[in-house]
Amino acid sequence: MTLEAFADTIIPGERRWPGDRAVAGAATGGGAVASGALDLLVSVEGGMAGMLDTLAVGLDDQATEYARRTGLTLDPAVPPFVALSFADRTALTSELVAPAHPEQELWVALAMFSVMAWDTGAAEHTVDALAAGHPGLVQIGFTPPDADGLWRFPNFSYGRVLAKSHPDTTPTGDPA
Amino acid sequence: MTTTDSTDVVIIGSGFGGSIPAYRLAAGGARVVVLERGPWLSGEDFDHDFKFGSSSSRAFEFTMGDGMNVLGGNCVGGGSVVYFAAMPRAPRFTFERQGSIGKRLWPSAVHRAALDPWYDAVAESLPITQNDWPDVTYSGGLWAAACNHAGRTANPVPAAIDKSKCTNCNWMMSGCRFDAKRSLLLNYIPAAVEHGAQIRPLHEVQYISRTPDNGYRVHFNTVDEVDYREVTGSGTIDAKIVIVAAGAVATPVILQRSEEALGAMPSAVGRHFSGNGERLNTAIVNEDKVREVLGLSRPDGKAYEAYQIGKGPVAASWDKLDGNLPEFSRHSLEQLYFPPGFGTILAQVPDATGPSWFGLEKKEILRRWQSWLTIFIMSEDDNEGVFGPPPPTGNGDRISQQLLSRGALRYRPTENTLAGWERADADVRDILERDGLSRVMPWTNDPIGAYTVHPLSSCRIGDDPETSALDDRHELRGHPGIFVTDGSSVPAGLTVNPAFTIAALAERAVPGIVEAAAARGVPVRYVDRPPAHATSSRIRIPLGV
Ligand SMILES: Cc1cc2nc3c(=O)[nH]c(=O)nc-3n(C[C@H](O)[C@H](O)[C@H](O)COP(=O)(O)OP(=O)(O)OC[C@H]3O[C@@H](n4cnc5c(N)ncnc54)[C@H](O)[C@@H]3O)c2cc1C
Repeated sequence: MTLEAFADTIIPGERRWPGDRAVAGAATGGGAVASGALDLLVSVEGGMAGMLDTLAVGLDDQATEYARRTGLTLDPAVPPFVALSFADRTALTSELVAPAHPEQELWVALAMFSVMAWDTGAAEHTVDALAAGHPGLVQIGFTPPDADGLWRFPNFSYGRVLAKSHPDTTPTGDPA
Repeated sequence: MTTTDSTDVVIIGSGFGGSIPAYRLAAGGARVVVLERGPWLSGEDFDHDFKFGSSSSRAFEFTMGDGMNVLGGNCVGGGSVVYFAAMPRAPRFTFERQGSIGKRLWPSAVHRAALDPWYDAVAESLPITQNDWPDVTYSGGLWAAACNHAGRTANPVPAAIDKSKCTNCNWMMSGCRFDAKRSLLLNYIPAAVEHGAQIRPLHEVQYISRTPDNGYRVHFNTVDEVDYREVTGSGTIDAKIVIVAAGAVATPVILQRSEEALGAMPSAVGRHFSGNGERLNTAIVNEDKVREVLGLSRPDGKAYEAYQIGKGPVAASWDKLDGNLPEFSRHSLEQLYFPPGFGTILAQVPDATGPSWFGLEKKEILRRWQSWLTIFIMSEDDNEGVFGPPPPTGNGDRISQQLLSRGALRYRPTENTLAGWERADADVRDILERDGLSRVMPWTNDPIGAYTVHPLSSCRIGDDPETSALDDRHELRGHPGIFVTDGSSVPAGLTVNPAFTIAALAERAVPGIVEAAAARGVPVRYVDRPPAHATSSRIRIPLGV
């Protein structure tokens, strides 16, 4: 749940069900969580799987400390990071991924996986992800492939001269 | 598995720096073995797929350093398999650069006119062809039209792409499924194999030692084809000549690790690294303005919305490639495509009120992804990258099965580099924000520091032994018979895409290597005929593993 809440802070989405706590519902359309962020994090290929428990504990510790600093009382029914509002999750995440933070590298890696889950759907084959309406790929407007699962764009050019070439261009088309 | 073996020439790495001498030396009669740490992929291995474990991660290595991150190839063919094939020659002034040391960085023997015949040889061999306006994609066209609107010029960029086979799918970073991109898999490599060269994939070189007969012994591990972290065996191979061409983030590491066995390395090994002054800007385009201001529209009525369509960079602004401008203020600006994931994470929201590279507003600009235009800055940096002590094996500590590793490169941009980036950013903004065409932001360096796909200069040629590890024949100072022919030999950032220059330098180095090999008793002569062109990357070869 904690990792879901973090992924949802990176690319926010709509709640999956009424009362969804991990996903804060800060944006319309599915976010990183609905796009398979957790699947990507636990994938053997990714190399993050072994660290996830530690990362979740770390995030909750950071959230507890953040709450203490800012005078917030956290709902004990959910993990501390999940208990933060979307605005507070965002503020805390901004601190964690900033160059000054001693653990920046870890949190940036977690953020990168969250973005990739949303806009590449890298836990599944892209063709399958698109066919299943993968939220991120659909929202970025990624054009689906031809019937054989390969992409081709027969129309690709405005087809006309759009600028003067540099006066020093050589006969081979290179800079002089 | 342990192998002991011997040959005339061992080449480490199969990118431009490795494949070119592999072909020429094999064609000239030498026995050549190429050791390549990555897999040998071709044709249908090149997936249109973002899934981890597809060619988009198999063929790549992303080496994270301290302040500099490098994306490069990890397969037979090296960077040529994953590159965008934009192949301009480096401008004349770049060879006269002095950096911040007040002396010409390039050896006196190398300047543009001296290199032109070698450029010609590469252009014929790949081959490289000029693009014309009908080849220029929507994104390149948009960039050119915006340059024109700003009173500037723009050029279609020469490329190593067979236009008749290209589908403008923009998956070229995963390798070309259609064999339209003229990677080394279609020319130098099959020609080398034809002449008896052995290419051994999944062989990761660790270090070099000496043999009693004044030759060299190359020590390697073999690695698993899926999980590159897994060592499956090790061995050695002896040779009279060793060519190190593992790329600018790997060559210095191998040489540093060899120091214990070979003795002191020149001090410039692992210093003076350049990221080719690379930097990216992403514009979020106003579709209405594209139509009104630039008069552009597609057959389907859209003005642009075509970020996904194309074949990498096709149009560039070369106005600031002007030798009269002072150093650190010259740059080229090239339109570029970067796929989702790599190409989106560091892009920033213009006018962000919250976090600029993640969160609510980031999601909004991502939803407009088809209206993105990415501009690639290649500027003059200060050769400020330095490699720390090498990791226990390989070029970095591998984090994931494929793709991700952590290396020992440290990069802190100097004031010169930062000022160059700032000027280039301003130049992009000046062109793309005119009359409300778009809003532009540079990619953020906050999360991971700087990044490059053009690593250079970590073991460079030069006349001065203090600042160059190689002489002007690419021989490693103090270690006769070891040559370095990859991007690490380029003395400094080039202000344009470097692969053509790396290839031309490798071609130029071959006659000297032939001479050195012959002097060591290898029956080899220099052959100047271009490699035959293959029509398919699928070649059947005894793998010699
Ligand atoms: C996405 C992308 C797009 C690019 N687009 C362009 C472009 O459009 N135009 C352009 O000019 N340049 C482009 N480049 C850069 C270009 O690919 C490189 O400049 C070029 O390939 C460098 O050649 P090289 O011989 O120095 O090294 P590489 O091509 O990187 O070859 C080095 C080889 O050595 C292997 N190797 C590394 N370590 C070891 C080891 N220990 N043992 C054995 N083998 C090892 C690597 O796996 C690799 O195959 C691009 C790069 C990338 C990543």
